[in-house]
Amino acid sequence: MMMTLSLSHFLILGAILFTLSMTGIFINRKNLIVILMCIELMLLATNINFIAFSHYSGDVVGQVFVFFILTVAAAEAAIGLAILIVLFRNRATINVAELDDLKG
Amino acid sequence: MMGMPFDLVVFYLFSSILVFAASMVIFVRNSVHAALFLVLAFFASAGIWMLLEAEFLAITLVLVYVGAVMVLFLFVVMMLDIDLEALKEGFVKFLLIGGLIAVLMLGLMIGVVGPDKFGADHVTAPERHVAEYSNTEELGRMLYTDYVYAFEIAAVILLVAIIAAIMLSLRKTRSRRTPKVDQQVLVRKEDRLRIVTMSASSQSESQAGEKR
Repeated sequence: MMMTLSLSHFLILGAILFTLSMTGIFINRKNLIVILMCIELMLLATNINFIAFSHYSGDVVGQVFVFFILTVAAAEAAIGLAILIVLFRNRATINVAELDDLKG
Repeated sequence: MMGMPFDLVVFYLFSSILVFAASMVIFVRNSVHAALFLVLAFFASAGIWMLLEAEFLAITLVLVYVGAVMVLFLFVVMMLDIDLEALKEGFVKFLLIGGLIAVLMLGLMIGVVGPDKFGADHVTAPERHVAEYSNTEELGRMLYTDYVYAFEIAAVILLVAIIAAIMLSLRKTRSRRTPKVDQQVLVRKEDRLRIVTMSASSQSESQAGEKR
């Protein structure tokens, strides 16, 4: 049925990757590091979609967007990990369930 | 398998590696192993991007992500001393409901992007570029003309990220021997210098006489 490579192959791959990383956030919802990794995977899934559409529409603008997404994702990872280190230094835990100081 | 075109074989190879690595990232217990499987996932998706003729971004993904971001992740994971068992609490309970939601959502998404909308007979595959075609040149021309403001804003974002990450993780230690500039500037002559007035003694006069 899908014996020639088409756009929907790549879109389905992106969808699988996105749902996998979403499941990862659900089941690892106490480990902050794995949550950050799952966010990276989600951004990767959207990037695959961008590049697939860019290739199949013959327009290089989609790749420009992926470039910016990569930039912002790198900045996000750096700041997120810095916050994680400060958090661990102050609380000696990265368990999300214990970080409820703002709860009234 | 014999009738499969070559690009489809490459696609299935890389995408199976990618899906396997992504599921290992979320299921594996050790965070270091999760980070290493994430590296594998990035490599596999770089292969997929090569297949889509996005060569520059594929190389960038390997260099920036595998080379920089994942090393940062590994550093942090190894630096923190984490109780892994406490973090895995409630794994099975959330796996059931999370898996249910994921299957539902995947079904919906495949219904939208499935082969009856974006299949080979709906979206025609573009011609492959010739060997002299440079993806980097094309992307660079776009970045430095139409998207030059966005490009510069991205540079500012990176600068902000550098400063923010350093400021957040800078440990202010008092044990280091550093000059206290404010106290050095505020010092007055009276604090350091003591003028002693004393009468000339006779012994120093006689010594002066011998020298002459």
